[in-house]
Amino acid sequence: MEIKKLRKGAWITFFVAPGLLVVSVFILLPLFMSLYNSFFSWNQLISDRFVGLGNFKRLFGSYPYKDRFFNALGNNVTWFVMTMLVQNSIGLLFGYLMSRRIAGNQVFRRIFFIPVLFSIIAVGFLWGLYLKPSGLLNSFFNLINQPDLRQVWLGDERLATLSIIFVNIWRWVGFPSLVFLAAIDAVPEECLEAAYLDGAGEWKLFWRVIFPLIIPSITIITVLTVIGSLNVFEQIYTMTGLDGAPNYSTDTIGTLFYRTAFGSVDSGSPEIGIGSAIGVVIYLLTFCISLASIYVTRKREVQL
Amino acid sequence: MITDFRYRGASVQKKVFIIIMFMIMVFYVVLIIYPLFNMVISSFKSNKDILTTPFALPASVDLENYRTVWVDKGFSRYFLNSLIVTTAAMAFVILFGSMGAYGISRYTYRASTLIYMLFLSGIMLPLKAAIIPLFLLIRKLGLINTQLSVIMIFIAMGLPSTVFILSGFMKGIPLELEYAARIDGCSDFQIYRRVVMPMTAPAVALVTIYNAVPIWNDFFFPLVFLQSNRLKTLPVGLSTFFGQHSTNWSLLFTSLSLAIIPMLILYLFMSKYFIKGMTAGAVK
Repeated sequence: MEIKKLRKGAWITFFVAPGLLVVSVFILLPLFMSLYNSFFSWNQLISDRFVGLGNFKRLFGSYPYKDRFFNALGNNVTWFVMTMLVQNSIGLLFGYLMSRRIAGNQVFRRIFFIPVLFSIIAVGFLWGLYLKPSGLLNSFFNLINQPDLRQVWLGDERLATLSIIFVNIWRWVGFPSLVFLAAIDAVPEECLEAAYLDGAGEWKLFWRVIFPLIIPSITIITVLTVIGSLNVFEQIYTMTGLDGAPNYSTDTIGTLFYRTAFGSVDSGSPEIGIGSAIGVVIYLLTFCISLASIYVTRKREVQL
Repeated sequence: MITDFRYRGASVQKKVFIIIMFMIMVFYVVLIIYPLFNMVISSFKSNKDILTTPFALPASVDLENYRTVWVDKGFSRYFLNSLIVTTAAMAFVILFGSMGAYGISRYTYRASTLIYMLFLSGIMLPLKAAIIPLFLLIRKLGLINTQLSVIMIFIAMGLPSTVFILSGFMKGIPLELEYAARIDGCSDFQIYRRVVMPMTAPAVALVTIYNAVPIWNDFFFPLVFLQSNRLKTLPVGLSTFFGQHSTNWSLLFTSLSLAIIPMLILYLFMSKYFIKGMTAGAVK
């Protein structure tokens, strides 16, 4: 009996150890080290002395960190709101239309998904060229004789963030579309037919029957949008650069974090302490907002 | 289904609705296809033509630009590097991930939930935010500027979702098969290899696409850890190229086409699997 138990234990260890080791060293350890490092002041790559919450105080309370941080956070909020409102609503509409087998839906679903597979880098650079003052979009407005619509898309402080968000939406709409499509397809046919035969109109059918039943997928898309919005980096890097030009108007926590960690702006040298503090804030925000959105949407969930 | 949007036999009001919605979707298709089409035709044009007649077709199709970017500018090297890094990382993601999932789902013991949670702790939190300790760690291990650094990180990034999806799948495989194999004298590893893994194959295919696409496309970690031009992956190489040739639009569009078209061709042949694989984490 003992030997058998021991053998079972040995086999379990054999199976889980390699993966667990990699995850511990490259995910769990860095996670805790982020928190640990944020309590120290750093001189280049050497930790100096324990400062408690000093890094967080500087991040939230002193120039230039405070201004940069809340400016960047504001942009991340814009990212989240716009993505939810525009991308996920379009995704829901497309998903719904395709689930109702609108003509050509098989072709639509394949084409909508194409840009999802491309690297953000390639998409960012491609649209970066199209949105240049002499790029394709402005040429298009010339072509249709509407030269007043031409803009300096990425150079105007009021437009730059929105332009980048729309490029990202262009790349990503296919994803929520197909997730919602799969969710609506999973709604039992009888429910829809029963409601339909009872005389529920299209509008009522969607909001009263389908919507409550696909709340779990809405939760997932919301959480993914939270994570995505807090992680915006490549989009800014490729289209307006690490500094979030013009005048930090497109700066996000991701780019601010990179600059602080690897030192290219403001102070010029890496600020490991402040950088770690930003890293911890990213983790806390991701965790808390995801949890909150799960809580909010869960409450509206219904069971058949 | 009777709730389907069928044009024939619908009321006038519904017909109008269907037509408008159909037009919106066609518009979006054009919005996706045209920029890609324009990217390809621009790669065959001169800089002057791109700026003066952006919508015109190229006068001739000359592959000279492609040769320049692919051979002289080292894109073949970047492509190969991406292939090496993605393949190596994925091999270990599947091996360690399926082993971990097996160890969690096919045995009953108290710590299994804890081990499962440890694997999953990384699933929602972005590893990017831990780049500072990761950088210090990789430096201490002497792995800066080696492909092993990003391979290890990609393995770690891929494991949580792999364990999550595969262990869910493996739980559904009946234990009776295992008993039968055990009576035939199979060891636990042979059961994993010969009995459970062949039955898990569809889920493995799903997990492969789910992880390989983001790894192939990842920019952040190669940017930080692979500084030598010899080691750069495709996204980082593309970024370097854009920094060096920012005014030569003709070459820029060529490099973008080279980065995008291979994925597009692969997708055209396997779109069903890609769609299923990429949405695997969000659709149960």
